[in-house]
Amino acid sequence: MTLRTYIISRILLTIPMIFILLTTVFIIMRVLPGDPVLLHFEKTENPVAMEQMRVALGLNQPLWLQYVNYIVGLFRGDLGKSMQDFSPVAQQVFSAFPATLELAIYSMIIAGVLGVILGVVASKSYNKPKDHVIRVFGIVTYAIPVFFLGMLLQLGLGVGLHWLPVGGRFDLAVPAPNGLTIGNMHLATGLYTVDSLLEVNMYKLVTSFKYLIMPSLTLGLVLCGVFIRLTRSNMFETLRLDFVTAAKARGLKDSTVTYGYALRNAFLPVLTMMGLQFAMLLGGAVLTETTFSWPGLGSYLVARINFRDYTAIQGTVVVFGILVSIVSLVVDILYAYLDPRIRL
Amino acid sequence: MLSTLLGIRSLAKRGLAGWLVLFGCIITGAIVIMTLVSPLIVPHNPSTINVGPLLSPPTSQFPLGTDDIGRDMLSRVIAGGGVMLQVAVVSVLACVLVGVPLGLFASHTGGLVDRFVSLIMDSIYAFPGLILAIAIALVLGRGVINMALSITVVYIPSYFRVIRSQVLSIKELPYVEAANAAGAKKRTILLRYILPNVLPSIVVVATVNFADAILTAAGLTFIGMGVPVNVADWGWDLSNGQKLLASGSWWVIAFPGIMIILLALGFSFMGEGLSELLNPRLEQEGD
Repeated sequence: MTLRTYIISRILLTIPMIFILLTTVFIIMRVLPGDPVLLHFEKTENPVAMEQMRVALGLNQPLWLQYVNYIVGLFRGDLGKSMQDFSPVAQQVFSAFPATLELAIYSMIIAGVLGVILGVVASKSYNKPKDHVIRVFGIVTYAIPVFFLGMLLQLGLGVGLHWLPVGGRFDLAVPAPNGLTIGNMHLATGLYTVDSLLEVNMYKLVTSFKYLIMPSLTLGLVLCGVFIRLTRSNMFETLRLDFVTAAKARGLKDSTVTYGYALRNAFLPVLTMMGLQFAMLLGGAVLTETTFSWPGLGSYLVARINFRDYTAIQGTVVVFGILVSIVSLVVDILYAYLDPRIRL
Repeated sequence: MLSTLLGIRSLAKRGLAGWLVLFGCIITGAIVIMTLVSPLIVPHNPSTINVGPLLSPPTSQFPLGTDDIGRDMLSRVIAGGGVMLQVAVVSVLACVLVGVPLGLFASHTGGLVDRFVSLIMDSIYAFPGLILAIAIALVLGRGVINMALSITVVYIPSYFRVIRSQVLSIKELPYVEAANAAGAKKRTILLRYILPNVLPSIVVVATVNFADAILTAAGLTFIGMGVPVNVADWGWDLSNGQKLLASGSWWVIAFPGIMIILLALGFSFMGEGLSELLNPRLEQEGD
């Protein structure tokens, strides 16, 4: 199979998965509760307002038509209207998305770097005390509720030492990073660290990082256990292969053999794991964002839960699901590109 | 396998993996017993307000302090595992009861049925677990069973995938072929020849599932989707404690948080150890 046919078949496989996902979400959010409008009003009697809402949101139509509208709407980037304020959900999700993306990127970097380094160290002292300590550390990070770790950091670094802000994404007294503006051209990513750089504003860059450190460290620490485990077992096997012995025999430095030779080969499964972990990362992000009042998709989701805003929740869940499918697709393709054996 | 699970002495002989299992059993066992006898040993009713001063740090009278409405934290810590344990037990049982037969059935039937079920399971598996659980819990409403069900849906695919891949490889082994050739019924082969060999994997998945279920239950409670307020619960105390963080009242979150970690850790240790003990390839490497 060539890379091209692999990519095509992989995309073809993703389409039914996304459809099943969309249908599952529809069944859960629209069919199971019977009448979301009734639930939204928490059964208080106000038939007029309820009927108005049904008409405004198209919930008075037969289910199959609602389903068709939902799928067709999605293709147009329409996630329906919020039950709370009747504004388009897509717009709200879109404006909350960069915050989540920024948190996800930095958490993944922390988890990956920390996990790979600790995993390499553990594999080199396999079954010795250092290895045991790192393994137990990995298991412990997995067992910590992410919001508890977040609160501990808030207590220590925020409330106690006043080193870092306890919550939020940026100093409210300062305008948020705005990106680069040349004449009529405006370039902004919504990622505050990147936008500060584009704006060439060091103060804003430092402030962005100050707010970003605790949430991304929290999420990164919780996720790094998986990377430790995977790197450890992969490196252990790779370090025993002939080409590593040969490199050692040629007198190469230990660090060159470990990082330049063995890790390069043991890294591919770690890359795949990053893709798989993305789903878990988003779940963790919901709790992390809630803990740190980080204004991303997770905070939006939780806020809407309190309003029982079913349409907004449905839209957010759908976006989370599609995001995960696309990331796993990209990672699989990247993996096939890097390792030709996959395409066989 | 039974000897591995029951023989404590042989456990200790098996190096780190054995110790992990033993340690995990002790932690979880202790917490389960503590929760079961909690009505007899709590110094105060965990839900009674104003048993002491408001937000008192740990003192000799209230060793773990009190919360913002004067409830005794020690009593709440002792009794607070009940909901989480019930949710975990119900969801793990439900997962095993649905996931295992489904995996056996799909992989043994093969063909279109297998493909279809696998596709659905993979779709759910790829979905962020907590977010799916939130959606389901929201629709089902509050309560132990509903929370357990929402977690069950999320974790059934883990069982399905493990069972399916195991059955597919075991199906090809010579002894199954021999049974086939000798004219054994399909059901006999599936239940008496294949299932016993899949059991160890089920045990491993279940212990990991326990830890996941506890953390998911804690997460659901934290964002306000847990059981009603009047029951002592570690997850609830954590979300309550978050509002009090600015006052520096660390004791309101520290102790319930540690309990959740210990419980999840107990199951994780068990899972980690068991998967190494029951997986011969890794065991050789470990020695």
